[in-house]
Amino acid sequence: MARVWMFGENVDTDQILPGRYAPYMTSEAELGKYPFIEARPEFAQQVRPGDIIVAGKNFGCGSSREYAPRALYVVGIAAVIAPSFARIFYRNGITLGLRLFEADLTGVLRDGQEVVLDLDAPAIHAEGRTYPLPQPPAWLREVWAEGGLIAYYLRHGRLPLEEGVPR
Amino acid sequence: MSEVRSPQTLSEQILSHASGKRAMAGDLVIVRVDRCMSHDSLTPEVIDVLRETLKVEHIPDPDRLAVFIDHVAPAATVATANAQVKIRRWVEEQGIRLFHDAGVGVCHQVMIEEGLVAPGQVVFGLDSHSTAYGAVCAFGTGVGSRDMALTLATGYNWLRVPETIRVLVRGRFRPWVNPKDLSLYLCGLLGIDGATYQAVEFHGVEWLDLDGRETLASMTTELGAKAGLIPPVGLEGWEVPEWLGVQEGARYARTVEVNLEALPSQVAAPFSVENVAPAADFANVRVNQVFIGTCTNGRLSDLRSAARLLKGRQVARGVRLLVIPASHRVLQAAVADGTLATLLEAGATIGTPGCGPCIGRHMGVIGEGEVCFSTANRNFRGRMGSPEGLVYLGSPETAAATAVRGVITDPTML
Repeated sequence: MARVWMFGENVDTDQILPGRYAPYMTSEAELGKYPFIEARPEFAQQVRPGDIIVAGKNFGCGSSREYAPRALYVVGIAAVIAPSFARIFYRNGITLGLRLFEADLTGVLRDGQEVVLDLDAPAIHAEGRTYPLPQPPAWLREVWAEGGLIAYYLRHGRLPLEEGVPR
Repeated sequence: MSEVRSPQTLSEQILSHASGKRAMAGDLVIVRVDRCMSHDSLTPEVIDVLRETLKVEHIPDPDRLAVFIDHVAPAATVATANAQVKIRRWVEEQGIRLFHDAGVGVCHQVMIEEGLVAPGQVVFGLDSHSTAYGAVCAFGTGVGSRDMALTLATGYNWLRVPETIRVLVRGRFRPWVNPKDLSLYLCGLLGIDGATYQAVEFHGVEWLDLDGRETLASMTTELGAKAGLIPPVGLEGWEVPEWLGVQEGARYARTVEVNLEALPSQVAAPFSVENVAPAADFANVRVNQVFIGTCTNGRLSDLRSAARLLKGRQVARGVRLLVIPASHRVLQAAVADGTLATLLEAGATIGTPGCGPCIGRHMGVIGEGEVCFSTANRNFRGRMGSPEGLVYLGSPETAAATAVRGVITDPTML
């Protein structure tokens, strides 16, 4: 079972990880201690690997700091589900292998609810109901399966879309 | 049947050129990246990823990368100083010539000032405000650390060709109204996700100077945009490729018209850049600090305009006016033309060219219960220091008037 961590709209990277707690200002080993340190201090203490974040639109807006999505990845967030993501955050998610789904479940799931995330379907199962998630394109599924774009590149020596592209 | 070549947006033109195939909105393309930019805040991570994950001891094209120390510059703590030592060592090892140490200025300002970007290029910056390069009609966009490392290792990367929102600008700015006011107005109108995954083009601004174009392009990030492009018309001294320009009939996702003749100074209230209203609506808001600077509004024309308002006036008691020129060159020019003397006479404090307190790490962060009026680009909770502090955003003109009165003041009311 995965716990739902519910957030509102426009969650910015300064909330996810304030600049003052960047690995640059603290240390790489401590990254997992700081997600939502000011916005929601209990998050980092109670989050378990496999938990999911459900949020309103424009999740991850603000700075390009990759350590914001990486902090979520490091603590084991299995998926973030929001109607839309800020573009750099979305891109960083692909690079890192953090699964981001564009869907609005804020009205149907509750904070603290225990649900099942089915990555194959993909869907959320909660209290006898199934909430489908959008199927990512094939190339993105491959990237996720490899653990992110960097891992994909290391395995294949190229980017997933690269065939026939002039260097 | 012969292929009919449909007209393209600026983004479609640039990404077609960079991918070597005709690219239209929605396509996924692999593009050659002409220039990369990274700064002190995130370069250490890029170095680690290159060395440890990608096993790249030497990046293949060190001249492609420009490195800046501007976010915490000069270093504020031993940790930041150590990180900068690591960057300087790596820059030396890699033979990177485009290195700009503490004091040279904010990356985006210097990239354009030094001509390190050019019209029609694809530029990846390790910073969200890399849309600024659209001021010279480059496709500038922000990426994260691993994305940057991969780009440096390979010289190319993927992009989804964005749809484009066209902003049709009519008329000219009223006195004391800054391109920043147009940007804030658009944030209020479209919302901070109004251009997510999209590009923004500004049409009708061929009369606007480069400083103003940089402000507009940079601030498109606050709409969630992937790129913000100004058509390369009226760009003096920049070589524009013959294939680049506005094409009649290009498809826009949306067109927004703004009449500048009816646009007063705007302010974004905490804690969102879309929380926008005319400056006059905030006339009772008392401030503790006024900050003029950053890649948004720390350029010479911004400082000059603020100085014109501050000439013969004094900063209000109990208010700290912090001015941080966007670059060393801006600082020198402001010294040479007397702008700096005027600011100092009014009671301003001058900081080292760079990002200053914008990201809340040094040089003027705010404490609990404090209010800062800032010309920067974000006012999220905790962005500029204490999460119990408040940041209002506006133009350098509104900032100057606010510094004099001690409460937020529309510059035409001074």
